[in-house]
Amino acid sequence: MWTNLRSRSLRVFGRSLLMAIALGAVGACHMEPWVKPYERDRLADPVMSFDRDPISSVYTDHVHEVREGSRGATGSAGGGCGCN
Amino acid sequence: MTQRIGILLLIVVAALVRSAVGGVLPEDRVDVLLHSFDGGGITIQGPSLLVRKQFAQKFSVSANYYIDKVQSASIDVITTASPYTEERKQWSVGLDYLHDRWMLNIGVIDSEEPDYSSKTFSFGVSQDLFGDLTTVSLGYSLGNNEVRRRGDPTFKEPMQTQSYRLGISQILTKNLLMGFSFETISDEGFLNNPYRQIRYVDPSSPQGYSYEREVYPRTRTSDAASLRLRYYLPWRAAIYGEYRTYSDTWQIKASTYEIGYTHPHKGWLFDGMLRFYDQPHGASFYSDLFPYSNSQNFMARHKELSIFQSQDIRLQASYDIIKGGWKFLDKGTLNIVYDHMLFDYQNFRDLRITGMTPGTEPLYNFDADVLQVFVSFWF
Repeated sequence: MWTNLRSRSLRVFGRSLLMAIALGAVGACHMEPWVKPYERDRLADPVMSFDRDPISSVYTDHVHEVREGSRGATGSAGGGCGCN
Repeated sequence: MTQRIGILLLIVVAALVRSAVGGVLPEDRVDVLLHSFDGGGITIQGPSLLVRKQFAQKFSVSANYYIDKVQSASIDVITTASPYTEERKQWSVGLDYLHDRWMLNIGVIDSEEPDYSSKTFSFGVSQDLFGDLTTVSLGYSLGNNEVRRRGDPTFKEPMQTQSYRLGISQILTKNLLMGFSFETISDEGFLNNPYRQIRYVDPSSPQGYSYEREVYPRTRTSDAASLRLRYYLPWRAAIYGEYRTYSDTWQIKASTYEIGYTHPHKGWLFDGMLRFYDQPHGASFYSDLFPYSNSQNFMARHKELSIFQSQDIRLQASYDIIKGGWKFLDKGTLNIVYDHMLFDYQNFRDLRITGMTPGTEPLYNFDADVLQVFVSFWF
């Protein structure tokens, strides 16, 4: 059973890797960005940051993870447990 | 000869310019945080320190030290065990390497508590594409853990966790950012809590039920995907939202919804957020009350594996305490983050209420207050 689960995970990761390589190959071609660098001042504003304070977001993700059945895709790499 | 040197210089300058507009290393900063969780009979407090520093123009190193001081009299503990206190200490170090539009990172996390040890190694790579409109990242983590049980020095069980991550961040318009994450996590080993017990109908017991230890499968694989959007409003503020979907081989399914608003005012930055978590399918081997002893191969009565919903309301305020810099500091902020959480369980009953027919006790719920106070300095 474990072999099946692991191979399934590796298949998913393999697809992700292929997608990333494909994006990299396309991105290597010259492409005119539709939002020019001088038009990105608003996006660089701190109010637009997805993760303004990493020390706080890692803690918040941990608080949620140990009290919910779900996990992952939060943007932070966790460790340990603290849930016994 | 001079022409060749000129062409060579042009190539070098072009390469340097290309590097300069490529990826960006994280800022140099130090954060000191005090955290507190109080709810459901559990109090957890402690500090966290995070330092990040660039060097040699291409590297950034980070280090974090974190402590949880736990006092637990949770519903599981007071119905089947005795209240306890314990401490978890965690440290981590990471290194980022920037080369042109590529960023490589490696990290190690070590966590120790009296009955649980964890060592996690992580590796990641990211690249900016399409004129830096898109950033694609891939990551892998391997965690080796050891589960122990207090009062039983012979009990030591291994557990291994592997995680595969894909992330895409995308500039959609001059005012709109998007983030997508996908993560697969596989576990193998001892996955249940070594203390928690299930209950089963037992007519010979005065209360009508008895307890026995949980038994979990020794493997679990989960998939989670999230989509985040952040939009810049005309009056220098931002609204944001997130949706996450989750499923795993234990048949747990869940969705998370989040919406928030960020508003700066003079030296202040205010943030308000609402989060709703819905877990409409619990683990296939979960039950609040099993019909008899050893009625299934796998049995759990862990409330996080049940059907439940939770809500979280957050208020955050940050104040710029160093305007225009001071000595070697470029900027400093004082931050307060307060979360109020509500948990409502749909098939986990409150066994503190006694004298009722087993399985008819009121459903359990609790609320929690979570406070973070931290200072951040950029240098």
